[in-house]
Amino acid sequence: MSNISGTSPQPSPTSGEGVKNVLIYAEVTPDNYVHTVTFELANKALELAGKFDNAQISALLICKNGLAEKYKEAFINSGFDKVYVAENDRFTHYSTELFAKTAIDILNEVKPDIFLIGATIQGRDLAPRISTSLHTGLTADCTRLDINEKGQLAATRPTFGGQLMATILCKKLPQMATVRPKVFKPLPQNVVKNTEFIYFEPKINDIRRKVEFVEFEKYIQSSINELDSAEIIVAGGKGMKNEAGFLLLKKLASVLKGTVGASRGAVEIGLAPQDIQIGQTGKTVSPKLYIACGISGAIQHLVGIEGANRIIAVNTDPNAPIFDNCDCGIVGDAFEVIPKLTEKFK
Amino acid sequence: MKILVCIKQIPDTTDIKWTENNTIQREGLESVINPYDIFAIQEALNIKKILRSAQNDDMKNTEITAISMGPLQAQDILKKAIAMGCDNAVLLSDKKFSGADTYATAKTISSAIKTNFPDFDLIFCGQFAIDGDTAQTGPGIASFLNIPQVTFVKNIKKYEENSLYAVRELEDGFETVKVEFPALICVLKGDYEPVRPTIQGTIKAQNTKIRILGVDDIGLTSDDVGIKGSPTYVSKAFRPEHNRGECSYCSDIDELANKIKEYINE
Repeated sequence: MSNISGTSPQPSPTSGEGVKNVLIYAEVTPDNYVHTVTFELANKALELAGKFDNAQISALLICKNGLAEKYKEAFINSGFDKVYVAENDRFTHYSTELFAKTAIDILNEVKPDIFLIGATIQGRDLAPRISTSLHTGLTADCTRLDINEKGQLAATRPTFGGQLMATILCKKLPQMATVRPKVFKPLPQNVVKNTEFIYFEPKINDIRRKVEFVEFEKYIQSSINELDSAEIIVAGGKGMKNEAGFLLLKKLASVLKGTVGASRGAVEIGLAPQDIQIGQTGKTVSPKLYIACGISGAIQHLVGIEGANRIIAVNTDPNAPIFDNCDCGIVGDAFEVIPKLTEKFK
Repeated sequence: MKILVCIKQIPDTTDIKWTENNTIQREGLESVINPYDIFAIQEALNIKKILRSAQNDDMKNTEITAISMGPLQAQDILKKAIAMGCDNAVLLSDKKFSGADTYATAKTISSAIKTNFPDFDLIFCGQFAIDGDTAQTGPGIASFLNIPQVTFVKNIKKYEENSLYAVRELEDGFETVKVEFPALICVLKGDYEPVRPTIQGTIKAQNTKIRILGVDDIGLTSDDVGIKGSPTYVSKAFRPEHNRGECSYCSDIDELANKIKEYINE
């Protein structure tokens, strides 16, 4: 029925040789950029592969005709040894059927030890389709990746709503994992390689798609992107009590040239919209400075702000868990503290 | 039309208690239907309602079957699904299924579908289960069944004889796609009033005996399922640690403002 073919299980990753080849999925966004998560994964892959001689980092790029040429420099500067490219005009819009088939064909030839994918919407749609067809394992939304003493990928992720961390190993190859954007830092500086670009002819001519693209309607204004790139985030929890409380946060954010975020607790009682929710079930952020106001600091929230360079907590409860997980704090009422702070930065 | 809805029983994660050994105290944990799976039930009930006015007899007589995999206790959530308006329910329950990862779970559920419900038209799943949050089992089932999938579906715009139009909520906009049946749809929260169990439904649920299928009933062997059939395994589980060092407390606003300046200029 479908055009997606699988292969028989591949050998177990315990040969003792460690890591030879890490492949990273290079996602192309609807605006025709290579998603930043690709380069965050490259940074992590360089760190992991650095422990093994001759380990290679490659990218898998599926895009419309002619695009790969535009991205060449980005790959050359990001430590990639090889880029496997499949170009076709049928790849103009993401399609689970066409992309999975092409990725599986390439994976069957390249046979990487590890295959990493960004836990974006596209990645979360595509990755399980590929892992199932290859009869291998996939660990979702990892917050840490290591290579253990046997040379296996040890993928750690939060589970049970962030209350438990689990380190997961895979018995088959490739060992696959998805990682959310912003969990790993991008490369601090260019790592220039003599990157080889290998073009694959996608075998998709006979595929009649069962899912057809109809239309795309871009959000008029998206605060999601603001949180993604914000250097300073002023976030509120249930302790901000009402809309007036969030208005205070907006004023502070405005004088600091930052943006506002919210905990799940605040979103659930209607103080803030869902799209600025930060934490396990919301966004993962990594600003320079995160100011948590009236946020108790449940683990579900903390996993979303782990990447923040500095965290400041403002809370009336001296026993709130946020004080165990911040750099600096003040025990006090945000309704008094925030307006005074805003004055200082005006 | 035959619709299947996959639902998962999850522990109420807002009320986790820890044992002395840092493991989760599972006894006494309340179990509920994963909220996203309730949206899946809702979407199935929605289509059934719409198709009541269809011309075609097959579409008029839409039948919804809820499927779950889990311990015998998961019969409770299937009864709740019937009380909400599902027509039938089946539970995949076998000691051999335990310890399954998403691959083995998808294999088990898809095999049950192949052997017991081969003439389905649509499968609805919740986009995530809020305990594991992998979002992998739905696409895994679609993959094993060799059918198309549409994930992150915010709402369904239109049903046609053999296809539907789904609106996907992506990072930067809404994408509309048209998909042919048979297909698997993973849903987010749509814009509608939540369904509640009806009195008639509750009575029906009380009188329904849930069908239970084990590994022998779905054409698999014990090597295919549970921990044996899973390519991944948990090597260790631990409480999250956050190593940010000691909090330095500020006694007044001036001190706090200076810290902010210091952090911004780092």
